[in-house]
Amino acid sequence: MLSHLPILQVILPLLGAPACLILGRGKLAWLFALLVSTLSFCIAATLLYTVYHHGVISYALGGWQAPWGIEYRIDLLNAWLLVIVSGSSTISLLAAQSSISTEITLDKQGLFYVAWLLCLAGLLGILATGDAFNVFVFLEISSLSTYTLISLGPNRQSLWAAFRYLIMGTIGATFILIGIGFMYIMTGTLNMADLAERLPSASESPTVFAAYAFILVGISLKLALFPLHLWLPNAYSQAPSIVTTFLAASATKVALYLLIRFTYTIFPSEFSQFIIPLADIFVALGIVAVFSASIAAIYQEEIKRAIAYSSIAQIGYMVIGLGIGGVLGLQAALIHVFNHALMKATLFMALAGIAVRIGATTLTSMQGLGRKMPWTSFGFVAGGLSLIGVPLTAGFISKWYLVSAAALAGRWPLVFLILLGSLLAIIYIWRVVEALYFKSAADNSPVKEAPLTMLIALWLLILGNVYFGIDTRLPVSISYEAATALVEGRP
Amino acid sequence: MDTTAMLIDVAILTPLVAVAGVLTFSRKPNLREGVSLIAGVLLLLVNLKLYASFNHGEVLSRQWLEILPGLNLSFRVDALGLLFGLVASLLWPVTTLYAIGYMRGHNEDHQTRFYACFAIAIAAVMAIAYAENVFTLFIFYEVLSLCTYPLVTHAGTEKAKKGGRVYLGILMGTSIAFFLPAIIITWLVAGTLDFQQGGIFPEQTPIALLSLLLVLFVFGVAKAAVMPFHRWLPAAMVAPTPVSALLHAVAVVKAGVFSLIKILVFIFGLETLQQIPATDYLLYLAGAGVVLASLIAMRQDNLKARLAYSTISQLGYITVGVLLAVESGIMGSAMHIATHALGKITLFFCAGAILVASHKSEISSMVGLGRSMPITMTAFFIASLSIIGLPPTAGTWSKWWLLTATLETDHLILMGVLILSSLLNIAYLLPIPLRAFFPGKQAVSGPVAIHEAPPAALIALCFTALACVVLFFFPNPLFELVSQIFSEGTP
Repeated sequence: MLSHLPILQVILPLLGAPACLILGRGKLAWLFALLVSTLSFCIAATLLYTVYHHGVISYALGGWQAPWGIEYRIDLLNAWLLVIVSGSSTISLLAAQSSISTEITLDKQGLFYVAWLLCLAGLLGILATGDAFNVFVFLEISSLSTYTLISLGPNRQSLWAAFRYLIMGTIGATFILIGIGFMYIMTGTLNMADLAERLPSASESPTVFAAYAFILVGISLKLALFPLHLWLPNAYSQAPSIVTTFLAASATKVALYLLIRFTYTIFPSEFSQFIIPLADIFVALGIVAVFSASIAAIYQEEIKRAIAYSSIAQIGYMVIGLGIGGVLGLQAALIHVFNHALMKATLFMALAGIAVRIGATTLTSMQGLGRKMPWTSFGFVAGGLSLIGVPLTAGFISKWYLVSAAALAGRWPLVFLILLGSLLAIIYIWRVVEALYFKSAADNSPVKEAPLTMLIALWLLILGNVYFGIDTRLPVSISYEAATALVEGRP
Repeated sequence: MDTTAMLIDVAILTPLVAVAGVLTFSRKPNLREGVSLIAGVLLLLVNLKLYASFNHGEVLSRQWLEILPGLNLSFRVDALGLLFGLVASLLWPVTTLYAIGYMRGHNEDHQTRFYACFAIAIAAVMAIAYAENVFTLFIFYEVLSLCTYPLVTHAGTEKAKKGGRVYLGILMGTSIAFFLPAIIITWLVAGTLDFQQGGIFPEQTPIALLSLLLVLFVFGVAKAAVMPFHRWLPAAMVAPTPVSALLHAVAVVKAGVFSLIKILVFIFGLETLQQIPATDYLLYLAGAGVVLASLIAMRQDNLKARLAYSTISQLGYITVGVLLAVESGIMGSAMHIATHALGKITLFFCAGAILVASHKSEISSMVGLGRSMPITMTAFFIASLSIIGLPPTAGTWSKWWLLTATLETDHLILMGVLILSSLLNIAYLLPIPLRAFFPGKQAVSGPVAIHEAPPAALIALCFTALACVVLFFFPNPLFELVSQIFSEGTP
C-alpha cells in the first residue's frame, strides 16, 4: 500500500470526481470531496516525510519500468509542492460549501465539486509525474476544470473571464506540447530523467533550443509572469470566491514548479546560463512584475482584483528568487511558494467570508465591516501583515531569505527594489484596513460573521501565518534540502 | 535554569496578561483600569528586582526560540536595557493613573481598545529593552509601531486617519526600506546579530560598507526622529494625550534612540564608529535637526505640536551624544533618555490637564491660566526647567554630560548648537507658565470658572514633576547605572 502512494496521490481525486457526480448535489458531495482532499493531503504529507528521510521515490506505473513506462518520481521539490497544493485544497474545501451556497445554484453544486476534484487531480498529477508528456495531460485536466470552475462565478463576466483564460491557457498548453514534441523528436524519450541524460548531447541543435523556448513561454503563461499575466486579474476576481482562494494558493505554484523542473532538472544548465541570459530576464521581469502589479493593485476598487494583482507581484518575487539563483535564491523562491500560499489563502478566504455576507468585495461595500465582522476582518489584516512581511508572520521569513539571497549575490539595487515593493504592499493593504475600520458603513444594518466553517478555515490559516513566522524549521529545512538537491543535481 | 532570569519573561508577559484582563472586564471600567494599574505596579517591581539582581553581578539571559537558523528570539539584561525598562515601567502606572482622569474627563470612546493597545505597547517596550540581538529588537520594534497605530487613530476622525497614515507610513516604510536591509547585511557580514561590547564587525570590513550601514541604521530607526524622517511625530499628536505622553514622549521615541545607542555602541563599537566618515556627516545632520526642530517649535501655537517639535529637538541631543562616539557622550545620551522622559511626560500631562479642564489647546489662549490651575502650571514650569537643563532639575545632568562630550571631541560648533538650542528651549517653553502666572496687561480670558484637572491626572503630573527635582538631588543611582554600560564584560 505504502509503495503505491505516488499513484494514489493522483488517482484518488481523479476517481473521486466521478464518484462525486454519483453522489449528486449539495452537502453529501461536499463532504465526500472534503474527505478525498483530506486523504490526498495525508498522502502528500506521508510522501514528504518518506522522501525527507529516505530519499527519492520512483514508482513505475503498471510495473512498466522507465523510460518505457510512465514513471512517477517524488523528490523533495515536488513532495513539498504536493503538500502545499493538497493542503490548500483541503482548507478551501472546508469552507467551500458555505461559500458557494450564495454563489452557485443548488443543481450545479455537485458538478462544482466534480470539477474541483478534477482540478486537484490535474495539479497533483503535474507535480507527481516524472514524464514530460504526462505533464501536458495533467495540465490539460487541471486547466479545463479550472475554466469550468471560473465560469461558475456569480456574475456573467465570469464567463468572459473564463473564456479569456481558456484562450490564453490553451496557447500556453499548446506551446508546452510543442516543446515536449520537439524534445521527443530529438531524443526519442519522454521520461524526465532520461531526457536530462540525452539532451546535453543534442544541445547544439536549434530544435532543442526552440523546445526550451516554447516550454518557457508556455509555462510563463500559466504562471502569469509579467507580461503574460493579463488573464489572471479577471479570472481571479470573477471566479467563485472559494475557487480563487484555492487557485491563488496552488495553480501558479504548480506552474512555478514546472519552471524549476524544466530549468534545473531537464534542460542542460548551459541553456539557462549561457545561451539565454535567463537569470537576468527573470530578475528583470520579476522586478517589473512587482512594481507594475503592486501599483495596479493600489488603484483597484474591487479588492479581490487588487489582491489578484498582488499575486502577480508575488509571483514576481518568486521569479526574482529563481533569477538570483544558487541554493539561497532557489530556497528563497521555495519558501515564498509556501508562505505565499498561506498568506494569499488567508486574504482570499477573508474576502470570501465577506462576499458571502454582503455579496460584494468592493472597497466601498467593505466600509465599516471591522466592527460588524471583527473575526473575518481580522483575517484580512493578518493576511495583509504577512503579505507586507511584518516580523512574526510567514511573510517576513520570505522577505528575509529573498533579501539575503540578493545581498549575498552582491545585487544591492535588487535588495532595495525588493523592499520598495513591500512598501507598495503596505499601501494597497492599508487602504482596505482603513475602509474596514475607519469608515462608517452606508447602511447600519447588522451583518453576521462569516459562516462557521469559513471562520474555522480562516483562523487555521491565520494561525498558520503566525506559526510559520515563528517556527520556521519545516519550510526552511525542506526548501534548503530541495534547493541543494536541485543545484547539485543539475545535469 | 535560574529563576531570576525568568523575570525577563515575566516583564514581557505581565502587560500581555493585563491585556487579557482589560478585555475580560471591558464592561466594568473600574475593574479594567484596576487591572492596568496593578499590572503597572507589578511590572515596576519586576524591573526593580531585575535591577537588584543585575547589581549583584548576575548575568540574566533568556532564549525563547530560534526563528531562523542562528537567529534567536532572546533577551539579556544589561545596564542600558535596565535604564529603559525602569523608566518605561515607572511611567506606565503613572500614565495609567493619569489616563483614568483624562479619558473619563474627556468622555473618550473605545477605552477598552485604548488600554489594551497601551499594554501591548508596553510589552513590546520591555522586549525591546531587554533584546539580546538586533533581530529580536527589530521584531518588537515593528510590533510597537503596529500596536500604537490604533492609539494614534483613536479619534477615528479624518485628521486622525491622516495622522495614522503618516505615522505608520514613515515608521514602517523606513524600517522596511532601511532598517531591515541593514540588519540582513550586518548578519551576512558579521555572522551574528548579538549585541557585543566593542561591536561585531570583523576588522577587514570595508569602510564604505560600514558607512552605508550606519546611514541605513540611523535613518531606518525612524522612531529616533532624525530629520528628515521626523514627520510622524507631529502627526502622532492627534492621539489622546496619555498616548502622546507615554508613547510619543517616552516609549516609542525612546525605543528609537535606545535602539540607536544599542546598535551604535554594541554593533558598530565606539572605535569603529570613530573611523567611519559618515559619522561626522550624520553628526552635523543631527545637530542641524536639533536647532531646526527648536525653531519650528517656536512657531507652533498648538501646545502639543510645540511639545512634539521640542521632543524631536531633544531626541537630536541624544543622537548627537551617541554619534560623538565617546563614553561621556553615550552616558549623557543614556541619562537624557531618563531625564527627558520625566520632563516631557510632565509637560504632556499638563497639556492634557489643560485640555480637559479648560478645553484649550492653543498656547495663545493660555494666558492667565495660572490662577485657575496653579498646580498644573507649576508642574509645567518645573518640567520646562528640566527640558532646558537648568538646576534644580534632572535635565541639568544629562546636558552637562553631553556638553562635556562635545568638548572632549573638540566639536565646538556642536557645543554651540546645543547651547543655542537650549536657549531656544527657554524661549519657547518658559513663556507659557510665566504668562500663565503673570498675564500682565493682556486681558485674561476665561469668564467661566476653570478648575484643576481631575485628581487622578493631578497626582500623576505632580509625581513626575517631583521626580524631575528628586533626580537632580539624587542622580547617583542613575549615574551608576549608565556608567556600567561599558564596564560589563562581553557576554
